[in-house]
Amino acid sequence: MVDIHSVSELLKDLEFFREFGEATIELLAGCATNVAYRPGDYVFREGGSADAFFIIRHGDVALEIHAPGREPLVFETLHPGDAIGWSWMVPPFKWSYDARCRTVVRGLSFDATCLRGKMEADHEIGYQLMRRFLPVMSRRLLGARLQLLDLYAAEKAR
Amino acid sequence: MVCAVNKHLDARLLDPAGADELVRALQRRGFSVIAPAIEDDIVVLREYGPADTLPRGYSDTQDGGSYRLTRTGDDRLFAYAAAPQGFKRVLWPPRQTLYESRRTADRLEILPVTEEPKKLALFAARACEIDAIAILDGVFDNGDFADPGYWARRRDAFVVLVECGRSGDTCFCASMGTGPAREAGFDIALTEIFGNGPHRLLARAGSERGAEVLAEIAGRPATAGDADDRNRMLAEVAAAQARRMPADVAAILAANPEHARWNAVAERCLTCGNCTMVCPTCFCSTTEDSSSLDMSTATRARRWDSCFTIDYSYIHGGAVRASARSRYRQWISHKLSTWHEQFGRAGCVGCGRCITWCPVGIDIVEEANAIAASSA
Amino acid sequence: MRTAGERPGAPGGSADPMVPRPFRVTRRRRETADTFTLDLVAEDGKPFAFAPGQFNMLYVHGVGEVPISISGDPADGTRLVHTIRAVGKVSAALCAMKRGDLVALRGPYGKPWPTVEAEGHDVVFIAGGVGLAPLRPAIVHAIANRHRFGKVIVLYGARSPADMLFAEEVQRWRGLFSMEVDATVDRAGPDWLGRVGVVTKLVERAEFDPAHTLAMICGPEVMMRFSVEMLTRRGVAEDRIYVSMERNMKCAVGFCGHCQWGSAFVCRDGPVFRHDRIAHLNAIREL
Repeated sequence: MVDIHSVSELLKDLEFFREFGEATIELLAGCATNVAYRPGDYVFREGGSADAFFIIRHGDVALEIHAPGREPLVFETLHPGDAIGWSWMVPPFKWSYDARCRTVVRGLSFDATCLRGKMEADHEIGYQLMRRFLPVMSRRLLGARLQLLDLYAAEKAR
Repeated sequence: MVCAVNKHLDARLLDPAGADELVRALQRRGFSVIAPAIEDDIVVLREYGPADTLPRGYSDTQDGGSYRLTRTGDDRLFAYAAAPQGFKRVLWPPRQTLYESRRTADRLEILPVTEEPKKLALFAARACEIDAIAILDGVFDNGDFADPGYWARRRDAFVVLVECGRSGDTCFCASMGTGPAREAGFDIALTEIFGNGPHRLLARAGSERGAEVLAEIAGRPATAGDADDRNRMLAEVAAAQARRMPADVAAILAANPEHARWNAVAERCLTCGNCTMVCPTCFCSTTEDSSSLDMSTATRARRWDSCFTIDYSYIHGGAVRASARSRYRQWISHKLSTWHEQFGRAGCVGCGRCITWCPVGIDIVEEANAIAASSA
Repeated sequence: MRTAGERPGAPGGSADPMVPRPFRVTRRRRETADTFTLDLVAEDGKPFAFAPGQFNMLYVHGVGEVPISISGDPADGTRLVHTIRAVGKVSAALCAMKRGDLVALRGPYGKPWPTVEAEGHDVVFIAGGVGLAPLRPAIVHAIANRHRFGKVIVLYGARSPADMLFAEEVQRWRGLFSMEVDATVDRAGPDWLGRVGVVTKLVERAEFDPAHTLAMICGPEVMMRFSVEMLTRRGVAEDRIYVSMERNMKCAVGFCGHCQWGSAFVCRDGPVFRHDRIAHLNAIREL
């Protein structure tokens, strides 16, 4: 059914863009394309150029870190409605982990160069996007801290 | 438990020797009389006898971290103040066996250990002490659960109050509202009057059985003048107390859990737990297990514990109260603040033992006043 | 004054509330590497009634006694179920028990989950790690009395897929059309197909009506604090959020003093507390 919606209509349906005005949505839509992945595909890989960000509309994406000699460690999974990645906002614009599709994934990809240009040209858009991404970053940072505490672990030796 | 007070019982006057007579009258009735005696240069509470073991002519000097028995050079019976240990250790012994567990091939037997309760008489309990016992009564019968061992000792205990004729150096019962005068909670009350007319004991009965026992002791009716002497003396004792607990200490401590004073006191506190061991209301206990070498028989016991130990608050992962600061704060906040919410009154009776027996002389009244003075 | 003998003491009519009665292990299941579930049946055959959220004191001959919450079905009066993690010498001894072994037990103790207050509301159970065990009786009760509640939602956070308690049962709950179950783990290998992330993320997304929701939370204190935070952010009133606390306990009847938390005796006033009543205690460290 995706085909009958224009990209901007898709954007309006997403919780992530709920607070954005019509004009901003249109601008963002100009940088967006529909994307689809098969299970096992990587949306991006560690070290790769962060030239886009993604909103998941369908499917699950696992964020993984690889270490030599052990299997990849999944530290977070993302689900429909979630945004993937903020490395596109932060120089040097490189991904710092892998994003692997665990299912068929459909979503929207936003061209980072396009977005950065629009944010630079119109700081209001820049502010709106920052304002939307900062809580995501803040929540994921808190989540990461809680995971780091390893709260459910049995204490090692007293 | 104390019976209804017969309001018509008149006060009587006894000679000083009446104290020993009273003890023997109680012994004749089958009571094991726990009374003050001198042992190892301190006043101890132990079973009276076989000779006359009530101390005569003893007083004490007490200060933060200091206790010395002194001689008065006269025949006063009750010139010393709070002994290191109160009657708590009689009613709630430091170590109590709970049960024995016996394991055989296919059975586990739990055998409660019940000691045959003695008929106890608590002799020369001061006003603060009787107040402390009333507090323990509330702890060991909390509405849902009652401790049968405590109540086997406590229920029929005969209580002889002695009102203090001298305030101890670390006492602050007057500001806690627990002494030195007391009108209830005893079977017999004695007030020693010395240096104002003949040396004598003013005796009042607080129960029918108290009146019965008192009737067996040689004495004479007291006069209004004797009652006046008592009142004057008790007023002087109260007035002599320099330490005063702030009236609103409960609210002040509750409002200041992060006060800088907690850090200051933590620098001095050794977390030794002495204060909790001498406190007449500290009731905390832990449990310990032992077993025979072949593991067929195991014993479970309860012993006094202190909130100053690190293990006291241990939950898997570590102690909740790891710092000395938090442990001192827990103790004093419990005594003076949260106790009100738990039991409807303060858990401190103003006996001053925790001050006297603190090896570094931390003073609960001073700490409370310091926080009150700079309260947020 | 009533005498001590009239007071309800330990189950089985023993006068001393500190004295337990023998129970026999009839079944032992391994839940995770260090957590086991024991089924216990009273040697004297007397039934054992409890309310969800209550706990028992379990004694191991010669080793000691620990508080363990009851994890079984509150409607089953004969088989008592405890889920135990081996974290100390007594819990390790309990975990090492075999079928036919004997323990001694007293209880039940403590304030239960608000299963009656929850009626008519969406009910959100939030469990972290072994915290699912004390919640299980309330969940089982909600399933058995499904019509009394609005939505029934179980949100479960565990360390890893291998550390999830009652894994098969959670799967079965998930398969019921009458409730929603979601789980997340802190870390996983690539084979895990469920969620990875903190449990608060589940709370953020779960579909319930905040104005008519009652939440029951059990897990590590930090996890409970952040779960409460997320619930209140979503608009659940603090007086409809309940948490279960853990403190050192030697007696469970208010005598030993160890479990005090502010003015609360966790053994008698808790372990289940309504959050608005203890929020001020949460703010004080090392209390």
